[in-house]
This record gives sequence, structure tokens and C-alpha cells, in this order.
Amino acid sequence: MKIAVIKYNAGNIRSVAFALERLHVDYTITDHAEEIQQADKVIFPGVGEASTTMRYLKDHRLDDLIRSLKQPVLGICLGMQLLCKHSEENDTPCLGIFEETVRLFVPQHHEKVPHMGWNSLTTINDWLPSDLKDQFVYFVHSFYVPLSAHTSAQTEYIQAFSSAMRKDNFYAVQFHPEKSGPVGEKVIQAFLQQ
Amino acid sequence: MLTKRIIPCLDIKDGRTVKGVNFLELRDSGDPVALGEMYAQQGADELVFLDISATNEKRKTFVKLVREIAAHVNIPFTVGGGISSIEDVAPLLEAGADKVSINSAAVSNPQLIDDLAKAFGSQFVVLAIDARKVNNQWTVHTHGGSRPTDKKLFTWAKEGQSRGAGEILFTSMDHDGTKSGFAVDPLEKLNQLLQIPVIASGGAGNMNHFLEAFVIGKADAALAATLFHFGEIKIPDLKAYLSNHYLPIRKTI
Repeated sequence: MKIAVIKYNAGNIRSVAFALERLHVDYTITDHAEEIQQADKVIFPGVGEASTTMRYLKDHRLDDLIRSLKQPVLGICLGMQLLCKHSEENDTPCLGIFEETVRLFVPQHHEKVPHMGWNSLTTINDWLPSDLKDQFVYFVHSFYVPLSAHTSAQTEYIQAFSSAMRKDNFYAVQFHPEKSGPVGEKVIQAFLQQ
Repeated sequence: MLTKRIIPCLDIKDGRTVKGVNFLELRDSGDPVALGEMYAQQGADELVFLDISATNEKRKTFVKLVREIAAHVNIPFTVGGGISSIEDVAPLLEAGADKVSINSAAVSNPQLIDDLAKAFGSQFVVLAIDARKVNNQWTVHTHGGSRPTDKKLFTWAKEGQSRGAGEILFTSMDHDGTKSGFAVDPLEKLNQLLQIPVIASGGAGNMNHFLEAFVIGKADAALAATLFHFGEIKIPDLKAYLSNHYLPIRKTI
């Protein structure tokens, strides 16, 4: 199985690569269109700011490439947000795979923003194994995707939001499976089995 | 529910773990990668590695170590010690660190916080503040707590937040190494004042001290070193204790 990790200006590519190594999975980190198109699975990582990252993807013609992919694609954190239609982070038009708009957390009772730390997956469906229900994963984000028909897992912080999603061949997680211990490893393996 | 984080801190010198009691006396307690992996397996929620080597040459060794840690440890970790520029930070990020902590360099050049937040994102920047009470005011100290400054804890923490720090790591010099409990009053005040998470550090001596830091001090995370390194408190026991006292705590599989 060939895994392509999309190479761009994201902050967590190294961590994603190390997580794949711990699972003894072969991968390449690449921004070559052909190599990405020919991979069996594609991982789209992401740590950073939406508008700068979207500009980088456009400049490197990765935006149309990602939209056109037919194999399973996994967006992580900012990668998941960029798969949505629009982000409130600097009013950024995104890739539009998911119809949802990415919103800023607004504290109700002095909750801290960013939502940083370990929180649980309170509902699980679709592609994620059911034994991940109520397990903890690591989050760092200030923007969230509201619940929708594409939600595959939900988590509560300030309100309930989508911690995992899927539409067709596009899979996405808001948390960092590469930093979420054995639970995160199960999530990566679940994606690799799609 | 978002859980309270337990963070073991490992001081690193020449690739080995050390811990100073009140920052003066150093003791060797193991290999950082093995220790980090062990803590992750025991249920530590994050790790902090502080490089206390002084020279640039040693710092390159530290970057190599960071890469080793990132390869083996599957939970988030922060690295710090002697960081004074974007050029210091980029190799640590590239090596796989999740966050960096800055301390003395931010006090002498506050713009560093803005620059790092802009270059890498706020979630990457932990502002570490060492403070002790001088004339009844919480006064910021630098260089491992040895040099007093004219900055005050609360105004400096607030400034750090507005410049783009993603977290505050507050160490009370008055409590560090005493095992008499965390400085809960200033912690509580920091947590009222700030919108970003606060990590409590300095003074942990028993499991109830952690409970106090979370319940009274309202801390988001608590950090300790010696206590964990010498097995005086085991992380699974601590997490069970806090959970039994109705705190939201991560259970591990």
C-alpha cells in the first residue's frame, strides 16, 4: 500500500510521518501531483492559519489536485477545516468538499480558547470503530466544524462539534491522531483500512 | 469533557535527564527518550523537555534528541531552554516538537512572542514565567530564577497573551522544590485574568496538591518533575485519585 502525505507548509508533517513509522507503514511526503494521484491513500495534515495555507495550496496548484482525488483522503486538524466550504478564520474560502462553514469558538462561561488538551469522542459512527466511543484524543484548535450529516464523531466543548467527518472518499478528524497515543493509532489504522 | 492535564517535566543536560532542587543541585535520573515513553504509557497527558545545556554545540545535540523523542513518544511534548530567536525554533519544530517554551529571552525581547506566534501559530508558543513574591508583589525572575526583573507576574502574563502566547507555564520560585503545594492564589488569579490555558508548576509534594491546583487554582494542567522521576507519586495513582475526586481526567487504554 502506498501512502502519500501531502507536503506543504503545515506544521505537523514530521509528527504524522513518525506516527506512520510507529505503525510500520511505508509513506512518502510529496507535493508531486502524479505521486499523490497514484497513492492508495492520501493524508492531508495541517497546523497553521487558514488563509495563508489556502494561498500556499493555490500557488502550488494543490487545491484542484486535492478536490480531484478519488482514493481515501484523510484531513487532519486544519486539513479537515480546509476541506470545508468556508472558514471564519480570516474569512477564507476553502476547498468545498464538505458544505459546512468553519466557525470560531465563542466562550460562554470563561472557557479557554484554543480548545487545547484531551477530550472524548462522545458519539461514534460510520468509519470509526465503535470501541472508540468515550475514548480521549488530543485537540488544539480555536475554530470548529458544527455538527452535520457528515459528522462521524462528536465532542463537546462550549457546544457539541464535529470531531470526525466523512463524505464519500474524504475522511477528516479535528483532533491529532498522531499525538493521541494508542487511541490515535487506532484512528489512523481505521483510515488505512478504508 | 476537556480533561485536566498531568505533565512530567524533564530537564536535559548532555542528553541526560536531570532535576535541580530549587534549580541549584542537579541529579541524574535517566534517559530522556525511555523516560518519556514510560510516562506516555503510564498516562502522562503531555511532556516538557527543558534543555539546560549552555553552548550552541550542545543545542545541536538537543535537536537530535528532540527528533528521537518525536519518533518514539505518541503524545504531545513541549521543548524549551535557551530559545532566543526564530532560528532557534525552526529546527525544533522540524524535528517534531509540538510546542516551544520561552522564558528569559521573552522578558528581554517581548517581540519574540509576537514573532514566534506569527511564524508558527499561537498554539506553538508557551510563555514560561518564573516568579516569586518580593515586597508582597509577584515579581518575574529570569535565568533559572536567579535574576529579578521589573516585570510583575500578572501584567506580564496578560501582555504575553496579547502578544500571541498560546499557554502560560507559571512556576512559583517560592514553592519550587519545597513540596508544600502549588501557589494556588496567584494561579487562581491568572486563570481569572487569562483566556489561554495555564499550567501550574512548582511545589507539588503529594496528590492533594494537584487537586488544589485544579480545584482552587483553576489550573488547566499541572507540572512536576522530581516527584515523578523518583517514583514518589505514580502517574496512574495520581490520575485515579483526581478522578475519584470528580475531576475530568483522561482514561487510557
